[in-house]
Amino acid sequence: MMLLLRIAATHVRNRLRQTIVSTLGVALGVGFSVAMASLMEGSQRDFMETLIEAIPHVQILDEQRSPAVQPASKVYDAIEFHGLRPREDLRGIRNPIEALASLRDWVNGNLAQRLSGQAVLRYSGQDIGMTLIGVIPRRELKVSKISDDMRKGTFEDLDTISNGLVLGDKAAERLGAGPGDTVTLTSANGIAKRFKIVGTFHTGVTANDESVAYAPLKAVQILLEKPDIINSISIRLANISEANVVAARAERQLGYKAISWEEANEGLMEAFLVRNIIMYTAVGAILVVAGFGIFNIVSTIVHEKAKDIAILKSLGFPEADIQQIFVLEGLVIGVMGAIAGSMLGFGLSSYLSSIEFELTTNVEMTRLPIYFSALHYVAASLLALFSSGIAGFIPARKAARLNPVDIIRGAT
Amino acid sequence: MSSLAAQKTAGFSALLEARNLTRILPAVVPVTLVEDISFEVGEAEFVAITGPSGSGKSSLLYLLGLLDRPTRGDVLIRGTKTDELSSAELSQVRLEQIGFVFQFHFLLPEFSVLDNVMIPMQKLGKLPQRDQLDHAKTLLADLGLEEFLHRLPAQLSGGQRQRVAVARALANTPDLILADEPTGSLDSSATEQVFESLQKIVETQNTTVVAVTHDLDIASRMERRIHLVDGRIDYDRHR
Repeated sequence: MMLLLRIAATHVRNRLRQTIVSTLGVALGVGFSVAMASLMEGSQRDFMETLIEAIPHVQILDEQRSPAVQPASKVYDAIEFHGLRPREDLRGIRNPIEALASLRDWVNGNLAQRLSGQAVLRYSGQDIGMTLIGVIPRRELKVSKISDDMRKGTFEDLDTISNGLVLGDKAAERLGAGPGDTVTLTSANGIAKRFKIVGTFHTGVTANDESVAYAPLKAVQILLEKPDIINSISIRLANISEANVVAARAERQLGYKAISWEEANEGLMEAFLVRNIIMYTAVGAILVVAGFGIFNIVSTIVHEKAKDIAILKSLGFPEADIQQIFVLEGLVIGVMGAIAGSMLGFGLSSYLSSIEFELTTNVEMTRLPIYFSALHYVAASLLALFSSGIAGFIPARKAARLNPVDIIRGAT
Repeated sequence: MSSLAAQKTAGFSALLEARNLTRILPAVVPVTLVEDISFEVGEAEFVAITGPSGSGKSSLLYLLGLLDRPTRGDVLIRGTKTDELSSAELSQVRLEQIGFVFQFHFLLPEFSVLDNVMIPMQKLGKLPQRDQLDHAKTLLADLGLEEFLHRLPAQLSGGQRQRVAVARALANTPDLILADEPTGSLDSSATEQVFESLQKIVETQNTTVVAVTHDLDIASRMERRIHLVDGRIDYDRHR
């Protein structure tokens, strides 16, 4: 094999210009593929991290996955009922203390109860519709990263001030209010209650920063007229990959709809999958084009080296050896291209990760999120080698089949 | 009684045997290159194949060297039939037992003189690397090429290149060397050098040399001459 590799390397080395062009083709393919993969996976991971930080791993809501079956339907199978008016149940998770206790028995993670509702926040003659979340602060801090997002004041202050309020910084900005100011919250039932702003947060998710506020659970229950009621349980798991299993078990146990973060973002996951397919197809196309460059050079060498093929065959090199020589020529270019491309990819990724900018849409970024992974380099290099091998194999097969007598006769 | 007949009588198995060799090129009008050729060649023979242009000399040599397959008949190497051997097995026979010298040297142009001689040895892999190098140097020195070990073929004269080709043919110490017009492209001085090299191989190494030539002076100095006309043996005589 070393002899064949030496012959292949000599052929390639003696066509320096063509070799450099072909190698560059592969290198560009590998380099861009690595850079694109790093950027794509980086942005995906960044997005997912922001998303996962912002939402609970599992959320149990005060609703059923499918509509409740009417009692009459349970009795009469063959009869359809029209115009039935179901009883208006009071929304909320029943027996919340018992439900939380039963979950704590087996869930490996932290739990926090919430009561969320809509309220209008009024300050200085301005009204903003808010999603008001009633929480037990010390428990909420164990299931969310809200404390990391605090810009002014602390989230723990909600524990000490019974009518304290923490709201998004953009909402505070719109109202012109800040910590220490007292605002009025009015529920959908017209109940009004005064709250004192104890802090502001900034999550980077504009929708949250503009319209979400936290207050102590008791105060919210009073405002919304739902004493001792909660409408969701948030769970933050020690192992995020257990989210689906935990959600399913919790749903079976409590009878309420439990949504894992994956289910909640199913559409997003599919969008990422489609995006990755598109990206890798584009990258694959680049490497196939690079493969044509290799095909071209190996075909040229086969054409130019017809006499050498006849010589080697007359010396006793079998067809398999001749084929291997030319496949190796493709692979030699492929290996050089993969090495150069990996370096180019690393350079490009490093450069992209160093670019700073500010973009405010839904999620803020200050740098391009680049994820460095050896897998990107290995995958791109293997794809390049596969492409090079195929590109070398086709002309190599032709070379192996050349009849030495025809070549010798042609030469003489 | 000829020497060959004497060997046969003694139960000698020929080094090379052509048995009813026929080679027809398939075409709209098929072309017969050689037809029904049979002969035997023993060890340490120096055989010339002569004949006018188009008489089938080179075609016969390619058949004997297992580079081409006959339409009918067979080539036997040391009594072994080759018509049933696979392409890979024929390659192995060529590697171990046959050396070729072509009219236009056919050296690998991108490799040095030393590499050209060492490549068949490296392919066979019987000798350790160090011994391969020593053997190649000895072969080249015997042919007066010790000064040109690291030169490329393009940096040598025609006669020097052809002597490198002879050294390469001897690399794996084959039993048989087949030469196709080895002096055809050389001047008289180089022709003499190459001829003497081949003659020396026969005399000192017991190697058989079968050479196609249309140089009658060269042919007359070889011990046996097989003359072809229109693809058939016209005569096969010893000197």
